[in-house]
Amino acid sequence: MLDATRRGEIRTVPFRGGGFVVRRRRGMGWVVLVVVLAIWQAASSTGLVSPIFLPSPFEIGRALYALSVSGQIFIHLAASLKRLLAGFAIGATAGIVVGFSFGLVSLARACGMPVVAALFPIPKIALLPLFILWFGIGETPKIATIAFGSFFPMTIATMGGVDAVDRTLIRMAQSFGVSTRDIVFRVVWPAALPAILSGLRIASSIAIVLIVAAEMIGANEGLGAFVLMAGNLMQSDQLLAGVVVLSMLGLCIAALIGFAERKLLAWR
Amino acid sequence: MPPLKLAAAHISHSYGDLAVLDDVSFEVSAGEIVAIVGPSGCGKSTLLRILGGLEKPDAGAALLSGEPPAGTLNPLTFIFQDFALLPWTTVAGNVEFVLRGKGLTPCETGIIVADVLARLNLTDFAAAFPKQLSGGMKQRVGIARALAVRPAVLLMDEPLSALDAQTRALLMDDLKGVMASAAFAGLYVTHNLEEAVLLARRVVVLSRRPGRIRAIFDIAAPLARRKTGDAELVGLQTRIWDMMRDDAAAADREIADA
Repeated sequence: MLDATRRGEIRTVPFRGGGFVVRRRRGMGWVVLVVVLAIWQAASSTGLVSPIFLPSPFEIGRALYALSVSGQIFIHLAASLKRLLAGFAIGATAGIVVGFSFGLVSLARACGMPVVAALFPIPKIALLPLFILWFGIGETPKIATIAFGSFFPMTIATMGGVDAVDRTLIRMAQSFGVSTRDIVFRVVWPAALPAILSGLRIASSIAIVLIVAAEMIGANEGLGAFVLMAGNLMQSDQLLAGVVVLSMLGLCIAALIGFAERKLLAWR
Repeated sequence: MPPLKLAAAHISHSYGDLAVLDDVSFEVSAGEIVAIVGPSGCGKSTLLRILGGLEKPDAGAALLSGEPPAGTLNPLTFIFQDFALLPWTTVAGNVEFVLRGKGLTPCETGIIVADVLARLNLTDFAAAFPKQLSGGMKQRVGIARALAVRPAVLLMDEPLSALDAQTRALLMDDLKGVMASAAFAGLYVTHNLEEAVLLARRVVVLSRRPGRIRAIFDIAAPLARRKTGDAELVGLQTRIWDMMRDDAAAADREIADA
């Protein structure tokens, strides 16, 4: 009897969905950043950590300000940027060209891919001494290291992008009698662009690692040299100020590529 | 000069060990539509690609005779099942793309683009990107693009299959309008028998893989008078289906070789 009335009751269907969705939570990132910095600052101010091993955020900020006022940090930044841009431009351009030829010409891929596969896993910084032997101790070996380091990820990313181009679009273009040149530049290139831009992201972060390492090995100017020097003199506030500038540099490059993606890939 | 004629002459083709077409011959001339029907996997689309020069047959050939009409920019022109629109350019850009390298001045190109977009009621969408369009609109762009090059033979590979039933009915009317007013030949590959009997002057029925010609049906009634549900057409559709049924059932039970 009781069961029968229960069965007769009107009930809402219990909600079982929801969750498993990533929602945007604006501002949370900044909150976490501020909290971490505050804890760090508190730990330093109370003498919990020694300022030699880990200076407080405030001290790092002060060092950064002093370095900006004296203009010293900009000399190092300019030196690094120059090498980075030169090496990255050469390496990325060559990587895109080679990646395209690997993607479009079977013979080029058959000949070139084993070479790329053999050279790709080498930590490129290991070749810096060789480049110094070849090119002497100037800017060239550092630029060559960065170019070499960004070339391989760009080649692989571009080739992958060309491979992934929708073949029906290519057949469509062929069926309308569109020239090979137009197919390459107006079908394959825009279709491969997303992969090329994500390749640029990876290659640029590799390039930053390489520039710091190369400058630590042999340079008087540049952020890598500056950080190493500060470490040798136990000026950990200056050292970390240099690290902050490197992090800013990386963020700027990533933002630039992100901007290019939004502009160029608005059609997606 | 005689008008253009496209013929399949003893076409056979296989992918590796898998024979897909076996000695297929028929022809299509200006002003008529030939529909190719058959169970899935019978090589209909392969046949169309061979006839359009996108694939080489193992044996036999696709033959052209006669001259395309004056002003034809691309005699054999495809309309694709998945539309094959360039996603990074606009509706107008997609039409302009196929007019590149055809020796047209920018002014002539502009006139052609405006004209074909107007014919398919796409003028308001000229600046839209493909991702903003419904499936039906995308295929209208595909049709407009095909008309822009003034084809002699229109090769349609299941052009309505990716659309829902209602959109299909609307586009069917558009296609009928285009075909009724034009002098070009049409090859229409479909698995939808209703579409076939509504559009075609002749229906070529292929067997299951490897595709052979089982029968060719002639339909004399003019396009303009054909209506969905017309008793004669439905009767024919039933006859074709009776012929295909066993093949279709067998094709359905086939396990694809990896």
